[in-house]
Amino acid sequence: MARTGILIETENNAVKDTSLGVMTAAKGQEIIALVTDADPAGLKDKLAEFGAAKIVKLAASGGDITASPDLLAEALAAAVKEFDLTALLGTASVPGKDLFARLAALMDLPLVSDCVGLDLAAKTARKSHFSGKTFATLKVDAPVLLATVRPNAIEAEPAPAAGETAEFTADVTDPGKLVIKEVKKGDAGKIDLTEAPIIITGGRAIKAAENYKMLDDCAAKIGAAVGASRAAVDAGYAPHSMQVGQTGKTVSPRLYIACGVSGAVQHFAGMKTSKVIVAINEDKDAPIFAKCDYGIVGDIFEVVPVLTEKL
Amino acid sequence: MKIFVCVKHVPDTAATIKIEGDTGFKDSEIKFVASPYDEYGIEEAVKLVEKNGGEVVIVTVGKPGADATIRSALAMGAERGILVTTDSQFLDATLTAKALKAAMEKDGMPDIIFTGKGSVDSETFQTQYRLAGYLGMPVVNDVSKLTVDGGKAVAELEVGGGDKQVIEMNLPCVIGATKGLNEPRYPKFPDIMKAKKKKIEQMTLADLGIDGAAGAVTLEKLEPVPERSGAKMIEGSVEDQVTELIRILKEDEKVL
Ligand SMILES: Cc1cc2nc3c(=O)[nH]c(=O)nc-3n(C[C@H](O)[C@H](O)[C@H](O)COP(=O)(O)OP(=O)(O)OC[C@H]3O[C@@H](n4cnc5c(N)ncnc54)[C@H](O)[C@@H]3O)c2cc1C
Repeated sequence: MARTGILIETENNAVKDTSLGVMTAAKGQEIIALVTDADPAGLKDKLAEFGAAKIVKLAASGGDITASPDLLAEALAAAVKEFDLTALLGTASVPGKDLFARLAALMDLPLVSDCVGLDLAAKTARKSHFSGKTFATLKVDAPVLLATVRPNAIEAEPAPAAGETAEFTADVTDPGKLVIKEVKKGDAGKIDLTEAPIIITGGRAIKAAENYKMLDDCAAKIGAAVGASRAAVDAGYAPHSMQVGQTGKTVSPRLYIACGVSGAVQHFAGMKTSKVIVAINEDKDAPIFAKCDYGIVGDIFEVVPVLTEKL
Repeated sequence: MKIFVCVKHVPDTAATIKIEGDTGFKDSEIKFVASPYDEYGIEEAVKLVEKNGGEVVIVTVGKPGADATIRSALAMGAERGILVTTDSQFLDATLTAKALKAAMEKDGMPDIIFTGKGSVDSETFQTQYRLAGYLGMPVVNDVSKLTVDGGKAVAELEVGGGDKQVIEMNLPCVIGATKGLNEPRYPKFPDIMKAKKKKIEQMTLADLGIDGAAGAVTLEKLEPVPERSGAKMIEGSVEDQVTELIRILKEDEKVL
């Protein structure tokens, strides 16, 4: 059986749900789960349930791999050799995309970023081209296939496996050329947009920064993250880190609720692959209604509070 | 100070992509532009040169029509351009990076290289990393704030969940620009006229010793992302609408 490595992302010592979807992308392969920042023993049950034959705690002789993306890339390259991997997959999160691009450059191997589908046996990957307007199927001809998978694009399915734990310390020491001087914490406790299973977005109609509280309240009830359109960001109602769309985040939650968003192509470029899209807009002719799954014609300031109350 | 900005010639994001055959698209009918994130790189480079002196050189690997996109970057204040021509819109990222490297080495090495954080056509998010790797330079992507001072660059980038990192590196380096870094300028008429006289040097991939067919990634199929056919509208009072929506999301769609 071909062996595939999965770089596991964790939060508060638990496996992120998005990583479980990445494991499902490697269905039918012998899966080696690589963990960098948590105690593998605590992750064992979950990772074994979703298909990990082996769970490896990765470290580097040259220092803390979580503190240097270049050192982590070197350690991953060493793990590819050590475990004789024919594919290594990660999450297309902000750090995941950065890390895999570093790894691909380091190993001079092809990389498919932000896949929505993968066939490891055929070595093909499906991904968005032209800002979400088309899907491209790419064939990769390389000894090791590197790919990142769009969060939530592949639904996680249990596939129980042995989940033996092990450790691997890569003999790598080059700290790379970057010095991280500072990490500025954003709003603590907020769910990252790109990884959120549910997103509620406020467009220009939100009219003021403080009105996002209405969406925050609704989001808090269902574990959602809150997003914004570019018009709302440009008007100063929300920071750019909340922007969904072509010049913002690309997201693929199972549920996307757009409140007072007109439905521009550039907004859809960032959320089109969501499973279910709901729009709330006071204009019955708003273009978004032609491109979403369910629509409510109404004032967001009337509909959202009722939604929050009933959820 | 010499700065290269890598600019990709891509279909305007508002353009409708009409697919032709298995992997082609009708490019004769649509408008092409500089990939939007690259514009933040151009603006930052021009600002740095306005402050410190030197020149901004645009480097593009693309189809012959890309000279128009390079002109638009020259109108924003870059000095000259280099166009490495290819036959296809899609070139393996490894080969693009090799072509960029070869063209830059031929021209003379810079203090800084800017790219966009990713291109909006093939969305590969890796060429800047490969270029940096081939040149042995540090690279950071998604940069929304930059200070360059005395042989060092300090970049601020978003790392997810609204958190930001501040990273220091030595020049020369590769910076992937994103929104927030600056407000790209709209060229004025005299700038556009001036840009027409600026020099664009052209060469082919083969001139640089690169085989365009040697990539390890091949495009097998291009297909439209299925469009939704229109929303099911939920009618009634606000109370009724919301109740029905929650029922649908829970029972029919099972997403709540
Ligand atoms: C190169 C480029 C990149 C871009 N990138 C992005 C991007 O990344 N993300 C993005 O979002 N956009 C992007 N845009 C902009 C995009 O084209 C639209 O301008 C933008 O998405 C509009 O935002 P909006 O829907 O919030 O605002 P509007 O288009 O103004 O729509 C507001 C909507 O709210 C409705 N409304 C108003 N008040 C209420 C109320 N009280 N209750 C209910 N409904 C109400 C209105 O009927 C209207 O439909 C980009 C554009 C370009 C050219």
